[in-house]
Amino acid sequence: MSLLSVTGLRKSYGDRVVLDDVALTIEPHDVICLIGSSGSGKSTLLRCLNLLEEIDDGVITFEGREVSDPRVDPREVRSRMGMVFQAYNLFPHLSVVDNCTLAPRRVHGVPRGEAEARARALLDRFGLSEHADKHPDQLSGGQQQRVALVRAMCTSPTLLLLDEITAALDPELVGEVLEIVRAEASAGMTMVIATHEMAFARDVATSVCFLDKGRILEQGPPAQIFSDPREERTRQFLRRVLPA
Amino acid sequence: MSDWTPSQHELDRRRLRRRLRTRSALIATAMTVVVFVVVGLVVTGSPGWPSVQALFFSWDDAREALPDIWDAIWLNIKMFLIAEAIILPLAMLIALARVSRSPWLAPLRVTAIVWTDVIRGIPTILLVYLLAFGVPALQLQGLPNSAYVWATVALIISYSAYVAEVFRSGIESVHPSQWASAQALGLTRGQTLRHVVVPQGVRRVVPPLLNDFVSLQKDTALASAAGVFEAVFVARDYGNYNFNYTPLVVVSCFFIVMTVPLARLCDWLTARMRRRELAGAL
Repeated sequence: MSLLSVTGLRKSYGDRVVLDDVALTIEPHDVICLIGSSGSGKSTLLRCLNLLEEIDDGVITFEGREVSDPRVDPREVRSRMGMVFQAYNLFPHLSVVDNCTLAPRRVHGVPRGEAEARARALLDRFGLSEHADKHPDQLSGGQQQRVALVRAMCTSPTLLLLDEITAALDPELVGEVLEIVRAEASAGMTMVIATHEMAFARDVATSVCFLDKGRILEQGPPAQIFSDPREERTRQFLRRVLPA
Repeated sequence: MSDWTPSQHELDRRRLRRRLRTRSALIATAMTVVVFVVVGLVVTGSPGWPSVQALFFSWDDAREALPDIWDAIWLNIKMFLIAEAIILPLAMLIALARVSRSPWLAPLRVTAIVWTDVIRGIPTILLVYLLAFGVPALQLQGLPNSAYVWATVALIISYSAYVAEVFRSGIESVHPSQWASAQALGLTRGQTLRHVVVPQGVRRVVPPLLNDFVSLQKDTALASAAGVFEAVFVARDYGNYNFNYTPLVVVSCFFIVMTVPLARLCDWLTARMRRRELAGAL
């Protein structure tokens, strides 16, 4: 049984159709990369999966249950999914470790000591242990985004949604963030990643989706999408973003 | 797109959403009615209610006192309109003095700090006493002697200190990067304040500003302490003669009616600002 499946997903803001008849299946341990130009619907798709947006048509099934049903409590779904945003969105009034233990303690009822031990272990694994008691604004962008990743993983989600998490970073900081994602991918974490980093997508993805005007125009293994795309639009896009 | 028709599944979902919405609306209505009915029953069912009703909620007395209150309330309205018009610029000047950095302005800065510290520490009613009774007693030539004028001045002094601190908190809440980018464009500190920081800061403090103004509108009643014949004075006067305090309730209603439009205006302004600045951001 697939972990998450989407069929016939449609989302519009007024007259503007942002997602149109999107279908996507995610198996455990999949790493799906969403690529496409800005405004193609990558972020909206992630926000729909996390039930941050009310969808206009289609079905989203997560862990065998239709979560697009209005009776489903979205918090229950979100407590099983992690999400990381482009702008980090760490809470500036909390220390790094408090950022990481907020959800485990308040949403999952993990005792403070246990939550902190787990958070510190994860921070340590990603080279952030010395920053655990600092406040987010004292850290560099790359460090903040790594903390955001740790925060999302502290609740042991079954699915991680990453929304262009390196788009706001200096090129030299991109690497340290992607390194974590790569490590998580090889550890078997299931992820959906919206990204502009083509080399990274080629490297880490089990499957790449090219979105164009709110549709998944083509999907396939990275080797095929990047070297032999079926669609002319995909080819145009890749010519623009890939160095010649 | 026109070639899209909602699937049966979506139609079912819309029906379900509608049903859930209706349910929430019903719960909201029922809860509201229940709560207010229960509170009403508890109050009117209490043993002393008949005497309280006679003392505070008597129609006849309300009608009888209304014309006098109506005349007197204009005094309150005049007081707070004049006071507000003066407080806004005065408080802004105090706030600007406090955030100034120039060494030449140091005396001004000190004055502003002492002013806010001292004035905020004095109960407004004492300021009213001091000015309304004290200044005329100085017997200085050319100064007005009316308690009404000096009570208004006392309110202006008192609230200028509060409002100045509200303005200052707004100014200081603007992110330092805004200062940096304005100064990088070559703007002076003054220009940065005038065109970049203050406009953003003021928008943020509109709700607490309104808070202070509502409070000021009510505090015009303090003028009664100095013998100004404003609405509360009139109502108390009536009560002392007729042993009925309904006019006080009538005055309260007047004050509520005066503050509600201001509150709605402020809500509307903040909502409009949010819509404009966050359009498309979320």
